[in-house]
Amino acid sequence: MFVRGLKRKCFDGEEDIEGTLAGIKAIPSYNLQRQSLLDMSLVKLQLCHMLVEPNLCRSVLIANTVRQIQEEMTQDGTWQMINTQSTGQASLDRLVSTDILCRSSREQAEGKHVPGYSTFNKDFEGDQGQDSLETMSTASSVQAPRNLQSNVWEMENPQENKGNFQKSLDQIFETLENKSPNSVEDLFSEVDNSYYDLDTMLTGMMSNTKMGHCDGLETFSSPTTATSSSNCKSDLNELDHIVEILVES
Amino acid sequence: GAGGGNDIQWCFSQVKGAVDDDVAEADIISTVEFNHSGELLATGDKGGRVVIFQQEQENKTQSHSRGEYNVYSTFQSHEPEFDYLKSLEIEEKINKIRWLPQKNAAQFLLSTNDKTIKLWKISERDKRPEGYNLKEEDGRYRDPTTVTTLRVPVFRPMDLMVEASPRRIFANAHTYHINSISINSDYETYLSADDLRINLWHLEITDRSFNIVDIKPANMEELTEVITAAEFHPNSCNTFVYSSSKGTIRLCDMRASALCDRHSKLFEEPEDPSNRSFFSEIISSISDVKFSHSGRYMMTRDYLSVKIWDLNMENRPVETYQVHEYLRSKLCSLYENDCIFDKFECCWNGSDSIVMTGSYNNFFRMFDRNTKRDITLEASRENNKPRTVLKPRKVCASGKRKKDEISVDSLDFNKKILHTAWHPKENIIAVATTNNLYIFQDKMN
Repeated sequence: MFVRGLKRKCFDGEEDIEGTLAGIKAIPSYNLQRQSLLDMSLVKLQLCHMLVEPNLCRSVLIANTVRQIQEEMTQDGTWQMINTQSTGQASLDRLVSTDILCRSSREQAEGKHVPGYSTFNKDFEGDQGQDSLETMSTASSVQAPRNLQSNVWEMENPQENKGNFQKSLDQIFETLENKSPNSVEDLFSEVDNSYYDLDTMLTGMMSNTKMGHCDGLETFSSPTTATSSSNCKSDLNELDHIVEILVES
Repeated sequence: GAGGGNDIQWCFSQVKGAVDDDVAEADIISTVEFNHSGELLATGDKGGRVVIFQQEQENKTQSHSRGEYNVYSTFQSHEPEFDYLKSLEIEEKINKIRWLPQKNAAQFLLSTNDKTIKLWKISERDKRPEGYNLKEEDGRYRDPTTVTTLRVPVFRPMDLMVEASPRRIFANAHTYHINSISINSDYETYLSADDLRINLWHLEITDRSFNIVDIKPANMEELTEVITAAEFHPNSCNTFVYSSSKGTIRLCDMRASALCDRHSKLFEEPEDPSNRSFFSEIISSISDVKFSHSGRYMMTRDYLSVKIWDLNMENRPVETYQVHEYLRSKLCSLYENDCIFDKFECCWNGSDSIVMTGSYNNFFRMFDRNTKRDITLEASRENNKPRTVLKPRKVCASGKRKKDEISVDSLDFNKKILHTAWHPKENIIAVATTNNLYIFQDKMN
């Protein structure tokens, strides 16, 4: 359900930008940069912070960025998939040449030439036919998100893509919410602090004085006795979960 | 730039902290704060320690410099904790320190990590009683039969001892990470803010706090905005503000209702549509909000700028200062390496005429609101000659780099100045690099 790549446009029909090399190259370059930003953002959201709770502000800002990209992609109809060859593996170690994305929309409207496109081109042709589904489960937790992104599938139509994407974004959040706490960013922990007192929890009593904001007896994510040694396993379990979602589509 | 006229000429005064480049994580400074008189300067670090420096009494023979700041007290404020339910560590890093105004001989401050706020009492002991009637000096009781005369203990001087003791612990009120604490002008209550909630406490009461702001959505999937900072008004004990990750500031009046979810005022600058990019929201996120001493204005810091707001005007700031506009074209890289999420603080000078904030490459910036001049200085051990005026720095955004300018690509983004503080009365500033604390003062005749 992660949108990847873009359909190679048929430039025969693009009469309004015919002519300048800059014009022709500017459009896919922007889209690919945007795609790269999207991939990078998703990786950032998924990165597992082992022991320390992740920064909620950062997570929210990244998630909002992802939504923004999604909205824009929906609006300009680039919600289409292409085959392996044209995808290229947007390197997730680095954002691709990021010149265009850093410009204001006014500058982009002026259709400035994109320097650095030639660098990008190399990445573009980088890998072909990298079907990594079978490699996913064996990959380390750092590797796996990258392989996840380079997985290939074909989408039927834009409408389905959009629905799927939204669904996948929600599912990330849902997954994170329901998951055992020490796996992937625990963005939306519902645990009430008073439960931290083990004695209180075991005796089933709540001290009212601790309920400053009176959330009541919130349900909290299923208690887990996961220790740090099981972090890796839960990462992979979580990735399996994501793979399941993808495969189902 | 600075120099000449009434402009301040800043000189290096002192630097505290380890010299070597290998930074121990626990030594990373996470907060800096002068007390109300400026005599004491507190720092908190990632290891949960608080170090307080005290200014020496002015030396009459050395009229060219003010007293130096020397270590007064060091104590472990917070320890790392483990949250058993979530299997997560609770960091001991001190997020904020706030001083209480001095009421008696002792000093009090609030320090907080992500979850727990503590009230510390710092007191001096320079005398001790000697000559008890019934006890020996080591505390053992004397044999009563040997007591033949009445002896009343007297206080005798001893070496100064500074003791820090935790007087109150305010715990278990925050599900999310505390980002701010602010003491009310009534000096009896204070607020603590986390990502989604703000609580009001009474300094004497630790088992109860009142929730005054709650922006947590019913469905967490709908979460799009968090609280980033909060502060009480310096004079109106019923007024406070909080800033958000979407670049808004809400002013709330506690008299209006118990739960201040509906703001009295909403400060927001309309977005410039021509400047919009995917990073617009992230860079609009406010990392710090500070009222002026007068209470008439407030200052906000977002990623690229400092804005001054008049409390009477909600639709735009009255002044905007660009901190490092040359970074606007680098936002993608800064997003990639997470620098775009750095939270810079800002501060006012005592007379509210100059504001200061940090930047990268150990640069910090000051903006004079009256002259509209600004200056960039660097906190570096290379400049550590006392009474030598600091040389202004300049970053070359593009094009030909002039001599002494530094190009944007040469900036060290690991050297960031997030925390700065200005003495409440004098031109003395404290600037924290990663693990060093620099003290600068203005050149005195």
